[in-house]
Amino acid sequence: MEEEKQCQCGNNEKDEFLEKLCTEYKPIKDNLIQMLNEVQEHYGYVPIKAQKTLSEFLKITMAEIYGVVTFYSRFTLKPKGKYNIAVCLGTACYVKGSQKIMDRLKERLKIEPGETTKDGKFSIEETRCVGACGLAPVFTVNGEVYGKATVQKLDQVLDELSAKE
Amino acid sequence: MKTIEEIKEIRKNKREELDLRVNTKADTREKHILVCHGTGCTSSKSPRILENFKKIIKEKNIENVRVIMTGCFGLCAKGPIVIIRPEDTFYSNVTPADCEEIIQTHIIEGNRVERLLCKDIDGSLVNRLDELNFYKKQKRIALKNCGVINPEDIDEYIAFDGYKAIEKVLKEMTPDQVVDELKKSGLRGRGGAGFPTGKKWEITKGYEADQKYVVCNADEGDPGAFMDRSILEGDPHSVLESMMIAGYTIGANKGYIYVRAEYPIAVKRLQKAIEQARDYGILGKNIFGTDFEFDIEIRLGAGAFVCGEETALLESIEGKRGQPRIKPPFPAESGLWGKPTLINNVETYANITRIILNGSEWYSSIGTENSKGTKVFALGGNVNNIGLVEVPMGTTLREIVFDIGGGIPNGREFKAAQTGGPSGGCIPAEHLDTPIDYESLKEIGSMMGSGGLIVMDNTKCMVSLAKFYLEFTVSESCGKCTPCRIGTKRMLEILEKLCSGQGTENDIYRLEKLAVNIQKASVCGLGQSAPNPVLSTLKYFRDEFKEHAIDKRCRTNECKSLAKIQIDPEKCKGCGLCQKHCPVNAIEGEAREKRVINPDKCIKCGTCLTNCPFHAIN
Repeated sequence: MEEEKQCQCGNNEKDEFLEKLCTEYKPIKDNLIQMLNEVQEHYGYVPIKAQKTLSEFLKITMAEIYGVVTFYSRFTLKPKGKYNIAVCLGTACYVKGSQKIMDRLKERLKIEPGETTKDGKFSIEETRCVGACGLAPVFTVNGEVYGKATVQKLDQVLDELSAKE
Repeated sequence: MKTIEEIKEIRKNKREELDLRVNTKADTREKHILVCHGTGCTSSKSPRILENFKKIIKEKNIENVRVIMTGCFGLCAKGPIVIIRPEDTFYSNVTPADCEEIIQTHIIEGNRVERLLCKDIDGSLVNRLDELNFYKKQKRIALKNCGVINPEDIDEYIAFDGYKAIEKVLKEMTPDQVVDELKKSGLRGRGGAGFPTGKKWEITKGYEADQKYVVCNADEGDPGAFMDRSILEGDPHSVLESMMIAGYTIGANKGYIYVRAEYPIAVKRLQKAIEQARDYGILGKNIFGTDFEFDIEIRLGAGAFVCGEETALLESIEGKRGQPRIKPPFPAESGLWGKPTLINNVETYANITRIILNGSEWYSSIGTENSKGTKVFALGGNVNNIGLVEVPMGTTLREIVFDIGGGIPNGREFKAAQTGGPSGGCIPAEHLDTPIDYESLKEIGSMMGSGGLIVMDNTKCMVSLAKFYLEFTVSESCGKCTPCRIGTKRMLEILEKLCSGQGTENDIYRLEKLAVNIQKASVCGLGQSAPNPVLSTLKYFRDEFKEHAIDKRCRTNECKSLAKIQIDPEKCKGCGLCQKHCPVNAIEGEAREKRVINPDKCIKCGTCLTNCPFHAIN
């Protein structure tokens, strides 16, 4: 969790990734969402320093960037846990009981969707359809799909992940 | 760069080479092992199956066998799926460990691996793909190439008449003729609203401008729908080709595909397809030696359902919050960066190359009077054969759910099916025989939608279902207009009241009135259609709403707060553990006697349930 110790004002040290990103795109407003997608992919969230850099590069106000970041559910402002568990609450999964999986997950980790456990190990996310409806209900851990899920299967996965390190 | 002659050469040679893919009687010693690489099968390790096959074939030095990745075969419930052609043997639920046996028994010894053969719903073993009931009533037009070709190989697409339609259009047809052909075909928008495609192209063509755009809406937001994803994953070139035809027709030289970032496989294959098409000179300048130029770029969505609405999608491509614009002006007049823009959905595009090649007469001979062609549905929920199906318009819901879908699992009863996702409505058992087309679905209070079709059995509470959809709409409402932003929230609150036993009969009336107002007053399709799930469940399952409001009862026990906890006197042994653990002293009865729950005191916490050693409480 080095991130937290650093100054959050955003105008400090250089960041290689962001510098490189700014050479790959033209400085026009239309590229904001594309660049944010890359930032989210790289850091796992959209840190303030990235917002600041994009604001200067694309000549968009910070407020506008904040507006866009909070509009789209893929972008997050807080770092996700080492293991990000997403439960699909799309209709096909819902009909097959994915709410029970979500309830159990919240009960086990004692956090709500969008939050990260204090040790930074787990975070929970609600997702709408990963497209694996044939395997409903599904949850994913860092993008890896676990299909035909049950509460028992979830418990097993959580136990395994908790035991690591 | 390839010339037309070179592409024709590829088509001819490759087609002969791939004949065994579509012809079970092909005269060849070759065998092709097709491994499904749709999202469903990929999630259950189909890439490892592919690797294993390749490894074993190399180790054993087997000749005349090729292993190929393909798009979705449709029957996702039985994945991962492996098909061996030309004999068309269909292996289901294959694991990486099964590869050895398939190679040994099937390829080397020439026998079928019985244990991996797919079983139909009636338990019979299926030898060939086309013997499966799931495929019998289907007609594949948009999905024609899915599961047949390798989507990452442009030559395989070319082999099956790929890029022949654009060639025909450029060489033989004027833009007006293309419009005319589409109008005669009767094709309507497959994104849900069903606007006649030919008409849309004609209108966009009619506006004069220095720059026009073609956009493909691949922001498939309906949770539980994966038709567009499967087309993009299984046959990406067909979308590119149709967009080129659109560009030629309306006079645009630039196309954008707006696709969900949640579909990484689709994005990757699209990217590859675009690169290959550019390499061949099919995208770029002077296409096929004419002065037509066209290029396509991908734009990623970032998880907002409302971006499936065409004007919100345009805002998003421009890098802004995806909030819908006021219409008119429609995108045909003022779209991307204020320029005339043609927007069609993935499935609509997938139909166009086939119409150009086979003619409008052929296409319009399929379907019903006002809805021509086929429709792809993502069949999901409580149904045996979960997967992707394409049926002619006019097929009844009963045929889809029972003949193709194989009916409801666990011997339960069909209760309702939801089409159109959060914008659509539910269809009860009494309308199972309605032929599905745009008009008939609207008449019974649902809509075609983009193609999500979720089946529900009799354990599902319809009030909870309405609540589920409203939760979705509330979280996805963009916030621009008041009726949708605040109205849907109020509707959700009423539904929450009903589900927790706090509702009254008056709430049902208020819910209905609010729903109608939101329908009329919202700015975009999301708000206008958000009340549909509530109105249609109210229409067909009003009794259930009344039970929740008046009798405080949920017949399916899905609403926890309404569930009544009872002790079964037959099973109760009088141990008293429940009494000991009850936090509110709601359980009455003397030592060693059967206990009873006092419903006035009970808070339905469920503590007694977990503590009863005899499972006597339910």
